Amino acid sequence: MEHFNVFASKLVPGRELFSPGHKACQGCAPALAMRYLLKAAGPNTIIANATGCMEIISSAYPDIAWGVPWIHVAFENAAAVASGIEAGIKVLQRKGKLAPGKINVIAIGGDGGTFDIGLQALSGMLERGHEVLYLCYDNEAYMNTGIQRSSATPMFSSTTTSPAGKKIPGQATGKKDLAGIAAAHNVGYVATACTSYPFDFMAKVKTAFETPGSKLIHIFAPCPTGWRSAPNEIIKLGRLAVQTGIFPLYEYKGGQYHMSMELPFLKPIKSYMKSQGRYRHLSEEQIAMVQENVTARYEWLQKLAAASQEG
Amino acid sequence: MSKNPYELTWKEIPIGFIHTDYMSAKKNHTGSWRSERPIWNEAQCIKCGVCSLFCPEACIVQDEKGYFHADLDYCKGCGVCAHECVTGCIAMKPEEA
Repeated sequence: MEHFNVFASKLVPGRELFSPGHKACQGCAPALAMRYLLKAAGPNTIIANATGCMEIISSAYPDIAWGVPWIHVAFENAAAVASGIEAGIKVLQRKGKLAPGKINVIAIGGDGGTFDIGLQALSGMLERGHEVLYLCYDNEAYMNTGIQRSSATPMFSSTTTSPAGKKIPGQATGKKDLAGIAAAHNVGYVATACTSYPFDFMAKVKTAFETPGSKLIHIFAPCPTGWRSAPNEIIKLGRLAVQTGIFPLYEYKGGQYHMSMELPFLKPIKSYMKSQGRYRHLSEEQIAMVQENVTARYEWLQKLAAASQEG
Repeated sequence: MSKNPYELTWKEIPIGFIHTDYMSAKKNHTGSWRSERPIWNEAQCIKCGVCSLFCPEACIVQDEKGYFHADLDYCKGCGVCAHECVTGCIAMKPEEA
């Protein structure tokens, strides 16, 4: 549990590589995720960032919020560009044109740029085994263009392209299992994290850089604008998502699953849903249905973790 | 660059829109977005730094005495610090017009 204690804030590196003055909305958790990522990765880092909220808010010409080399690429090819950067560094170091040493290469994509559009480039990167960390910040819709549904949007969530009405109660399908897809490629390290647990996230980023091969971290980042919630509740919502089992934190390393946070019991999901406008239309039966899915998935993950510990 | 960067034409902008000055977003004083400002009650503050850790804007800094304060040039007034404060020593005070 040492990674879940937030009272040791002074142990975090003080240097900021993601500057204030970026154009994120009030209470933006993805911007918080970028801050933690750069604190954990340090200045010796190159970032390829797919189109999305974090690209738009940080790099409006002529200003840039990043303190590390950073390239904006199209929605679909963040993983491909990061693979190229990694291969280029390898060749330059072999020819002696670049000083030897480890340079962290990171690809960043939002949930739309990872789950929907960038999935084949991501799959290619994981399959070829480039030494790249892919960070997917998941705010559960295309928030940057105006809250359109993506395949990361959870069931019954109301967005502008899956509006809740009399016939259809919001998004009809559930969330894609990105960490499962990455783990199925049998890569070095896959983890899920949440912005409400920064020490856990930073420890996972450090573990990822120590592991050879491709890495993927899926970080859950609440978006008050798209979720129709109060901007001061982002940390609380992230904690509730983890404690209700909606977004379980786990790691996949060397073929073994490991739960990062053992929950003694799951909180009812109503406590998570009630302060979000996107779930306002839900009836009791629909909440019960979501609760059933969430509990079943959490129990399945627990079984997976227990089985891989034994075997 | 002597000219205002917002007035540059396409012929004067470097190929590929390369940003050469890192972290220059600090010029944007986003504090004007704010409708409420955080006020610290130093008598209750235990200097734990949770507010600074959870600030999405990275604008809460520590002073010489160890107390935390928001840089009001950048604070957007989201209220995450006041919501997460362990002792509840941060109050959100509405800005006066």
